Amino acid sequence: MAIVRNPYKTTGFLGWIDDRFPLTKMWKDHLSEYYAPKNFNFWYYFGSLALLVLVNQLLTGIFLTMNYKPGADTAFDSVQYIMRDVPWGSLIRYMHATGASAFFIVVYAHMFRGVLYGSHRKPRELIWIFGSLIYLVLMAEAFCGYVLPWGQMSYWGAQVIISLFGTIPYIGKGLVEWIQGDYVPADATLNRLFSLHVIALPFVLVGLVFAHILALHEVGSNNPDGVDIKAKKDPATHIPLDGIAFHPYYTVKDLVGISVFLIIFSAVIFFAPEGGGMVLEQPNFQAANPQVTPPEITPAWYFGVFYAMLRATPSLFHSALPGVIVMGGAVVILFFLPWLDRSPVKSWRYKGPVFRSLIILFAIDFCVLNYLGMQPVSPIHTVIARIGAVIYFGFFLLMPFYSQWEKTKPVPERVTE
Amino acid sequence: MSNEGVDDGRRRFLTAATSVVGAAGAAAVVWPFLASLKPSAKAQAAGAPVQADISKIEEGQQVTFVWRGSNIWVLHRSKDMLASLPKVAPQLSDPNCEQDQQPAYCKSETRSIKPEYLVMNGKCTHLGCSPSFKPDHPAPEIDANWLGGYFCPCHGSKYDLSGRVFQGMPAPLNMVVPPHRYVSDTVVMIGEDPTDAKGAA
Repeated sequence: MAIVRNPYKTTGFLGWIDDRFPLTKMWKDHLSEYYAPKNFNFWYYFGSLALLVLVNQLLTGIFLTMNYKPGADTAFDSVQYIMRDVPWGSLIRYMHATGASAFFIVVYAHMFRGVLYGSHRKPRELIWIFGSLIYLVLMAEAFCGYVLPWGQMSYWGAQVIISLFGTIPYIGKGLVEWIQGDYVPADATLNRLFSLHVIALPFVLVGLVFAHILALHEVGSNNPDGVDIKAKKDPATHIPLDGIAFHPYYTVKDLVGISVFLIIFSAVIFFAPEGGGMVLEQPNFQAANPQVTPPEITPAWYFGVFYAMLRATPSLFHSALPGVIVMGGAVVILFFLPWLDRSPVKSWRYKGPVFRSLIILFAIDFCVLNYLGMQPVSPIHTVIARIGAVIYFGFFLLMPFYSQWEKTKPVPERVTE
Repeated sequence: MSNEGVDDGRRRFLTAATSVVGAAGAAAVVWPFLASLKPSAKAQAAGAPVQADISKIEEGQQVTFVWRGSNIWVLHRSKDMLASLPKVAPQLSDPNCEQDQQPAYCKSETRSIKPEYLVMNGKCTHLGCSPSFKPDHPAPEIDANWLGGYFCPCHGSKYDLSGRVFQGMPAPLNMVVPPHRYVSDTVVMIGEDPTDAKGAA
């Protein structure tokens, strides 16, 4: 299809622009004439909130970079400088650190929404895959950022995560030195993680977010009933009967969600900026010391699920590789969800009791594993984490069977609310 | 543009040849970027071998030296400590040091050139934490039959006084013994193999 210049025939200054750039077309395609199902509920706030947090991270990140000095000798002191001497510096850093935690809360809720209502199902597989990639890059971005203050937890966290690559047979040792640029995490390591954190990964992240939204607007939004609203259109206007324009209806709805979110977000920043040790960990108030391991190395809370499974997997043939494979597999398996779910219905509202119970079990399992990942190791924790890991993988790997086999309820023709 | 009289075979050949040369060029450009991530000349120089004076280490005492940013422990083992090594062997994962975690000249129960001096990289083989030196026994809080060794505070791995890992631990391997040689009776060069068979004595 050829590109039509200024299809809406605008005039005046706007017309001058539209003759040269598809401004009105983009506005209509993606906002004022993008028809979303009218029955979005609470769970649909988290997409726009994720976008808000991304903007928060980019803006605060730009200002932090103006005062932060990467380098093993300068990083820790420059963060203290931001906290004590830069006007409002501590607020900007708290916004960035709390924003990182908020990002994961919002993204986990957003992903769970997708599982609940089948938003990964045909024809939205690519939206899900772009989303999974965003999550993967987000984890890398969060890890790099975690290392930058070069405190004790930064250093030892980097040591633990990078040493995971050392478990790969034959090339492991060389690979670790190549990643670190030294024989241990050092100045070179910090500088390259800084480069990735402020340049490479944000670029990729923003690009993936664009692809995620473009793919969404190409096929249209799913909804809590999993009903295709494009099947029933007004014969005259060709607008879906159950669709409402994203702007103004959902922009206004999302503003309410944003207001509530910002109240909570501000409360954390103002009254509990360290988040009880969850947002900023105590050991990270000490400068990195390669000679002293902190008594407990715990990852940031949002990696708890994966860390719990890593620790609970026993080593095999004198190699810690199985744990690394389990941890990596826990992320990779997300990409296959659109093809693992064979249920004839999308939304859990119309799925049978087995699938519904398993989704709830999975959510509980996820929380338990995450909690265990933040706790010290003990035999009982290890046993629970092993059961948790089996449930985690069982939920996905057995899905082709229970989703296909179970009887579902009839799906209505139109959305229900 | 007219496609009349186009030699398709010639065009295909030129397209293929251009693509291959272009791909080779792209690969050659990637190399310097990937290679730039390797340890720099400065990092390599900082990773040069270090000399350690072990004359003042008391029996039962452990001293830490730093080589390549890693803690290198030198433990002066007492008779009692050496006697514990064969006793714990049945509980170890790799008592005979079959895995390649030490130079060939240290592949023995003591994992050292001189039995009383253990030279070891103090890094847990699980995820790189630094295990604590726990020579005192009995120590029921670590193990009912503890005879001295190392305990990793991160994930609970236990090692004996030669750095050999116990069975059923998160850590899969014995701790690493770095290459080292005796320059004199009391000076160890950490990071260099013995120059000849005599050096190993």
